[in-house]
Amino acid sequence: MGVKQVVKGNFATAVAAKLARVDVVPAYPITPSTLFPEQISQYIANGEMDAELLLTESEHSAMSAAIGASAAGARVATATASQGLKLMSEMLFIASGMRLPIVAAIGNRALSAPINIWCDHSDTMAERDSGWMQFYAENNQAALDLMLMAFKIAEDHRVLLPAMVGLDAFVLTHTMEGVDVPLQEEVDEFLPQYKPLYTLDVKNPMTFGSFGTPAHYMEFKYQQWEAMNNARKVIDEVFKEFEEKFGRKYEQVSEYRTDDADIIFITMGSVSGTARAAVDRLREKGIKVGAAKIVVFRPFPHERIREIAKKAKVLAILDRAVSFGMSGPVFADISGSLINEEKRPMLLDFIIGLGGRDITFRDFDEMTEISMKTLEAGKVEEPVHWINLRKELLEGGA
Amino acid sequence: MASDELFVSGHRGCAGCGMATAVRMILQEAGPNTIVANATGCLEVMTTGYPETAWKVPWIHAAFENAAAVASGVDVALKKLGKREGVNILAFAGDGGTFDIGFQALSGMLERGHNITYVVFDNEAYMNTGIQRCSSTPPYASTTTSPAGKVIPGKQGRKKPIANIVAAHDIAYTATATIAYPADLKKKVKKALELNAQGKGPAFIHVFSPCPTGWRYPSEMTVELSRMAVETGIFVLWEQEGPDISNRKVSCPPKEKRKPVEEYFKLQGRFRHLLKMPDKIAEIQKEVDEKCAKLGF
Repeated sequence: MGVKQVVKGNFATAVAAKLARVDVVPAYPITPSTLFPEQISQYIANGEMDAELLLTESEHSAMSAAIGASAAGARVATATASQGLKLMSEMLFIASGMRLPIVAAIGNRALSAPINIWCDHSDTMAERDSGWMQFYAENNQAALDLMLMAFKIAEDHRVLLPAMVGLDAFVLTHTMEGVDVPLQEEVDEFLPQYKPLYTLDVKNPMTFGSFGTPAHYMEFKYQQWEAMNNARKVIDEVFKEFEEKFGRKYEQVSEYRTDDADIIFITMGSVSGTARAAVDRLREKGIKVGAAKIVVFRPFPHERIREIAKKAKVLAILDRAVSFGMSGPVFADISGSLINEEKRPMLLDFIIGLGGRDITFRDFDEMTEISMKTLEAGKVEEPVHWINLRKELLEGGA
Repeated sequence: MASDELFVSGHRGCAGCGMATAVRMILQEAGPNTIVANATGCLEVMTTGYPETAWKVPWIHAAFENAAAVASGVDVALKKLGKREGVNILAFAGDGGTFDIGFQALSGMLERGHNITYVVFDNEAYMNTGIQRCSSTPPYASTTTSPAGKVIPGKQGRKKPIANIVAAHDIAYTATATIAYPADLKKKVKKALELNAQGKGPAFIHVFSPCPTGWRYPSEMTVELSRMAVETGIFVLWEQEGPDISNRKVSCPPKEKRKPVEEYFKLQGRFRHLLKMPDKIAEIQKEVDEKCAKLGF
């Protein structure tokens, strides 16, 4: 059993890095993730953590240094958000292509312009093709637990891919919650030292990051594809082992009151708790709704989504990001998962909570109303709806 | 040369590539206990076509602008893992990856004080992408993005004084070198790595690297051009230990022994248009003479 502490989400990810005995932390400050390097620097200054903190001059260099350190055989963690993740973006693809199991905590924050420091998922969603595994935390406990598990999954030799753990800006990063902080000896048993397959070693020189011509490039990419597919099984194994050791259950997608639901809300991150409360409230009114929370977005949990889709008549998908000219990204991926199913529910996409706009019961009422109308009509007139827009600001132009 | 080369033949460098010769010499001096972090560019492309490699030392390439940052990560990781002792870390990059896109990462590495030797191979343009203008490109050189036209005679503006800017970071060692003087180059590499090993912080070597393809000269003239750049005063050899500029040791021919810059220009296609522009040649000659005079030559 661990120790109960009341902590911010950023602290939870930093304490996870400490418990994971991370060797190198390259970092650059950005709101809302800055508390991560601050906390790590405090641990090191107090002699509580034996790690190298590398304070770079940009996020691009932070991820570049992470790549160098990981290739040299170190366990590496960093944290960033929003524009910082965008500046890292080039290097994210290189980290995954070089199969380096770096773990990053991302304080999910909106993208400029206009500049905005509050929560949505635009930053990580824009990196969904970067070859990184993506986990989304609902609360600070999950942020800590998913960070610990991310190392074990990423470093598994069947996977060897980097992983990012998303925690919602401010809603989690800066909010105090009770968290069970595992004991060091428990974590040491769960997460042994990183054993890299290959390292930069003068006794056994190897070339890392070589030039791949058309004769070889596709096979490199196919191996990444296979690794990401392998990760599904490894994630289930690690989630199970974690549950046995620490008593907290994680699933790639977890369901709430879905068994007889006509409408199932699909959520990611901190809004999932609001969704469950909204479901209870709507159930009291006799409306058959349920909720499902996606915890693992990459690799995408196709099978679980198909199972859940079988239960519902409408999937009401909440997207805290938008692909302009398309839809929300979660909607697009769920659509892709279901396209070859013989029977599938109607899919509705709700663009919601961008740039830190609160998501409330009233929004769930609005989404329920649109979903019920769709149910009655038996067909989807318009799949994408923007929820809680301030129409008075839009009328009459800017 | 010795049979225990660490940068070996079979790579796809152009005949007469100044950089390839420099890399070979540097690794001869650095020895097998060396890790190289390499920026994107000709050097990476020509030496690591999978599944082959020309490198017999551990070598890592990640991207164009970040050799200094990748090397920094290797440095701290080895330190943490207890494997840093006795290992040299070299960062290799071209002029584009150093003067321009990699400048920020380089400055960060220098400020943080890593015991790394950063070597820039300066062929004065973006050669790997097809000879485009860079901040390293000298005045009036014709490149594919600063062509010598009827109105504009090649590159406008000066060459960024990279080694001076680096030395201004108050680092352990800054030097310039060319393959025309191999003993000098190797001595500078040795000094840089010794200071790294003593924990004195970063070292930087600016290696002037003629490129027959980009400069349009016969490939057998690389060494001669390297020498002529020094003999004309266009490229000045110097080294400086520590931050004190009064410690700078400069090696430059005196005015009466310096060759005219025109001799250097007329060997290269990139300056051919200048031969019909004596005023431009006089302008460069004046600048070179003033620069050398300031250095006491």
